[in-house]
Amino acid sequence: MALLTFTDRGIYCERADVYIDPWKPVRRALITHGHADHSRWGNEYYLATNSAGPVMRHRLGPEAKIQTIAYGEKLKINGVDFSYHPAGHIVGSAQIRVEYKGEVWVASGDYKLEDDGLSEPFESVKCHHFITESTFGLPVYRWEPQEVILADINDWWRENQAEGKVSMLTAYALGKAQRLLQGLDHSIGTIYTHGAIENTNEIIRRQGFKLPPTVRVTREIDKKAYPGNIVVTTPGSVGQPWAKKFNPLSLGSASGWMTLRGARRRRGADRGFVLSDHADWPGLLSAIEATGADNIYVTHGYTGIFSNYLREQGYNAVELETDYGEEAEAAAEATAETDSNPEGTES
Amino acid sequence: MKHFAELFRQLDTTTKTNKKVAALADYFSQAEDRDRLWTIALLSHRRPRRSVNSKLLRAWAGELAGIDIWLLEESYHVVGDLAETIALVLPPPEERHDEPLHFWIEKIQQFPKLTEEERKAEVVNAWRGLEKTERYLFNKLITGNFRVGVSQKLMTRALARAMEIPEDDLAHRLMGNWTPDETTFDQLVLSDNPQAQLSRPYPFYLAYQLEQELKDLGAPEEWQVEHKWDGIRGQLIVRGGETFVWSRGEELVTDKYPEYQNFHDFLPNGTVIDGEILAFTEGKPLGFNILQTRIGRKKVSKKTLQEAPVVLMAYDLLEYGGEDIRERPMNERRKLLEKVVSAATEMENESRLLISPTVQFTDWDELPAERATARERHSEGLMLKRKNSTYKVGRKKGDWWKWKIDPLTIDAVMMYAQRGHGRRANLYTDFTFGVWDGETLVPFTKAYSGMTDKEFNRITAWVRKNTVDRFGPVRSVKPHHVFEIGFEGIQKSSRHKSGVALRFPRMLRWREDKPKEEANTIEDLRAMLEQYG
Ligand SMILES: [Zn+2]
Ligand SMILES: [Zn+2]
Repeated sequence: MALLTFTDRGIYCERADVYIDPWKPVRRALITHGHADHSRWGNEYYLATNSAGPVMRHRLGPEAKIQTIAYGEKLKINGVDFSYHPAGHIVGSAQIRVEYKGEVWVASGDYKLEDDGLSEPFESVKCHHFITESTFGLPVYRWEPQEVILADINDWWRENQAEGKVSMLTAYALGKAQRLLQGLDHSIGTIYTHGAIENTNEIIRRQGFKLPPTVRVTREIDKKAYPGNIVVTTPGSVGQPWAKKFNPLSLGSASGWMTLRGARRRRGADRGFVLSDHADWPGLLSAIEATGADNIYVTHGYTGIFSNYLREQGYNAVELETDYGEEAEAAAEATAETDSNPEGTES
Repeated sequence: MKHFAELFRQLDTTTKTNKKVAALADYFSQAEDRDRLWTIALLSHRRPRRSVNSKLLRAWAGELAGIDIWLLEESYHVVGDLAETIALVLPPPEERHDEPLHFWIEKIQQFPKLTEEERKAEVVNAWRGLEKTERYLFNKLITGNFRVGVSQKLMTRALARAMEIPEDDLAHRLMGNWTPDETTFDQLVLSDNPQAQLSRPYPFYLAYQLEQELKDLGAPEEWQVEHKWDGIRGQLIVRGGETFVWSRGEELVTDKYPEYQNFHDFLPNGTVIDGEILAFTEGKPLGFNILQTRIGRKKVSKKTLQEAPVVLMAYDLLEYGGEDIRERPMNERRKLLEKVVSAATEMENESRLLISPTVQFTDWDELPAERATARERHSEGLMLKRKNSTYKVGRKKGDWWKWKIDPLTIDAVMMYAQRGHGRRANLYTDFTFGVWDGETLVPFTKAYSGMTDKEFNRITAWVRKNTVDRFGPVRSVKPHHVFEIGFEGIQKSSRHKSGVALRFPRMLRWREDKPKEEANTIEDLRAMLEQYG
């Protein structure tokens, strides 16, 4: 009996009777991070890192039973050791290490190697079995350093300002949005935010993370105030009646998918900025190598191609069908759309 | 290539016409002459031919990137574009090459003279010193399929603006048989060259699909109506004792149609006719299927000439007695055209030049019945032209309208799905459809256009959840969804399992109201073949 098995509810540790990021309701769920495809509704008990806790509480509601744990802290359940280690993906994101009688597994959730200045930086964890994502597991995906991309974004904002336009920049409410905010040069103008993003900002700020001053978009603000300034908003808000007041407009989108011309066009963005909270191809490979693991389980993304490549490199790599990832974008956008009151606490 | 790459980025990141024109005009007013000339050429379908086959290119790129071919192929399938895939998988540049666009194109033009080893060295050297966008453009140039979302019309407008020349004038200068190797920017754009003028066609006037009610067009007597013949739009030029025939794609096709060789024997010099290259025999047009057997053939056999003879079906007269008469009203041009064609017909014993007959009508109500005969006459529908219209440049609204017949349709079940290319690389957009043969489905066509991005998003989610099997990039899916497939024609085909091949198949509607059992059958398809094939 393997220490972790892959069931139709999620990654399961039978000995401890816990699941990691289950996609169907279970009794005890260990959660790598607060994104909707990893931290789902309906579990009885949740365990996440201290810094992931507040956002999960916000998303899952006051009734959810959420316990938190510090990075590196050991928790023993029925003889199995569990500990959480930084994944560098978003604030509070973790890889979950599982050890029993000297056999070590790591479920990495989502991760990136670059230190974004906000998320706890990725920490490599030695293991025998490594469960990796492969969202960008193709050699066409290679990121440039974030300061290059952030400088592009600020330049774009300045250009729009010179043309009297509103810069509208889309990003997921949790993670990407805060990473962008932190990199925006707020000496250029005012940074406005969509309600779903500002709600997350408030939580993150209360945790002690530093973000630049932002202004929540509300009905009271005269729409003449927006040109020249930037609005950071969710992908789902684009084209909604809410966004009509931003005019004239240049639409920017920041995501790893913006690498491809086709994806840039499909998004309908005026500008695509290649910035991702996932590891790129070289990042995935170096992370895997650094674990020292021989057994690699490949989840969401280009699972087939990536595991095939790993096998060629001599790993014992297996492709896993999970419910992560493919719906992540949809889920993120759905959150924004169902947020019927994007202007937040106002009404 | 830096400036050209910057131009490309600007063109590629905006959908707004004004911005594109502004970026181009800006580029044209700053670039050096050879770069300007090549940019005009590239944006008017005069790109260099493929100089490296894509198999070699993949091998070299894989080698430089340190990845196996299969992985490059998989990446290509996701990206949907080989030039882009290669640009992305290569390691970042080690040095920077700063040469202008024409330097690279002229280098590429030398490739046919090089050995494979030398060619490889040149390509790899270029890759090493160019950044992503430049590499992408370089790859597009060596594979002979450079394309950018700018029409020749927009390019012409931008150049006209930068050079301060009237746009229609410039459009005419840029037509015809020139290449950047044989001319200069000055000669082409700024001064006139009599040799080039001889074969130079006029820009075609193109019509939009009718968007209003017929009666809203005004009085019927102000309009001329004729059939929209189903061939290839062409322009016949007789000047200086020579005949030139151009297709709408601005290709000189005189040699492909021996039927047209001797038009200068019975048409006076200084005659230019707009018409249709049309397969035609025994007084009747043949279908486009028949003409298609001649497209892309270099050599025309006797047999082909017998089975698919062509005529030129004349629509309009653009030049008469050496004078450009495009500004005269159409009814006047039509009279002259009739005169020219009938004089030619008298001199010829078997006429290869015909005039497109006009439809006689006094009331708009008479036209739908005429249009209904289109399919059996092998026409695509009707053309409505205002009698006092001038012959304009390019696609313009108002005076000319095409009123095409509705497509043939059939309800079919989706059987296989494949990811799209380019813009839709992450969506399932290419589908194979089947019709019922008893209890089983027979695949009969592929279609990949006609739905909105929103619908493609929905069907993509469905495909992922309902995959039955995978064959490489193709997924077979549970038979469930019915689509209305529209197409322009149907013909017999031994290459297809169903025995038929469709022309321009596309998805018209997602019939979510229809259960799969109610889709059409192979018998229905055969009946259509019988009637329209
Ligand atoms: Zn995530
Ligand atoms: Zn994920």
